[in-house]
Amino acid sequence: MSAETTHAHTPEGGGHGDHEGMSKKRIWKVFYILLGITCVEFFIALVIAPHYRGALWINPMYIVLTLFKAFYIVGYFMHLKFEKLDMALAIIIPILFIIGLILVLTNESHYWIGLRL
Amino acid sequence: MSTAVAQQVDDVKSTPWSGGKSPFDVEYGKLMMWFFLLSDAFTFSTLLISYGALRFSAPVWPAPSLVFQSFPGLIESGAPLVFVGLMTFILIMSSVTMVLAVEAGHRNSKKEVVIWMLFTILGGLMFLGCQALEWNHLHSEGFWWGHIPTAEKMQEFFKAGVPYTQQAMSSHQFANLFFTITGFHGFHVFSGVIINIIITINVLVGTYARRGSYLMVEKVGLYWHFVDLVWVFVFTFFYLV
Repeated sequence: MSAETTHAHTPEGGGHGDHEGMSKKRIWKVFYILLGITCVEFFIALVIAPHYRGALWINPMYIVLTLFKAFYIVGYFMHLKFEKLDMALAIIIPILFIIGLILVLTNESHYWIGLRL
Repeated sequence: MSTAVAQQVDDVKSTPWSGGKSPFDVEYGKLMMWFFLLSDAFTFSTLLISYGALRFSAPVWPAPSLVFQSFPGLIESGAPLVFVGLMTFILIMSSVTMVLAVEAGHRNSKKEVVIWMLFTILGGLMFLGCQALEWNHLHSEGFWWGHIPTAEKMQEFFKAGVPYTQQAMSSHQFANLFFTITGFHGFHVFSGVIINIIITINVLVGTYARRGSYLMVEKVGLYWHFVDLVWVFVFTFFYLV
């Protein structure tokens, strides 16, 4: 615990680079962005999607908007954007494994369709 | 050792990765929280990706706009996404109050930290309440782990003309995956509320004021935002897609 105390007391802010990173004003700005993106998703789902049933661009659209929300939550709320680059990479690079699993299982489930027919 | 060599050793030690200091410039517990969240992200990913794989390989799937169209207690049907919209709003809002608590912690303002933490806990409890209503509604329709609605009830959840065998198969998968994934997420929210309560008590008794740092609030904040992050994905893949 002593490490934590000394850490927080270093005048350089001990690494969170810092209060100016997340002022109250900025917190609310990020909130409105998240709320706005969610409203766009609702608008697509309730107003636009019913007119274009089965259109191929709707689901990718949701996913892109979701990734935007994820960026704002992780980057600003979880403060990762203001950490050292090495630190951010240590968290982000392992996520590539998830993309790998998505590719593998998408391919695999495509094969399952054939089995089920 | 001559002074020149000692000088060189000191030069080497001045780089971030040469030891003697934290290269990431992050306190130990906070870094470990990040790595825990990374592992938790893998867990949730496997759940969501297997959901995706099963759904992608199924010839039909219960339409989200037909399954989730009630606002428990108010609207019986015809209001797709309204209730889950409220849940999403509550969780994002509680994420905001959490950052505000962290921000107050940076200013060592004990009173503000307590207020914002209490709002965060309230948001978490409201979300759990909504989820209980949502589960109860689906359960009353006949969905549960290993259970699906009766044959004629099930017609409501599919577009017309889908054979019963296909409906039964994908409804089973839908029910199991829905309750497992939202249950796992809900359990995270529940743990988060408990942890937030413990931290709030610590703030109240002055533990962090004595320590001179509200870094613990930041660490639970990371966990809480992660729970919000997972919900963003659950919301997209269960309710929108």
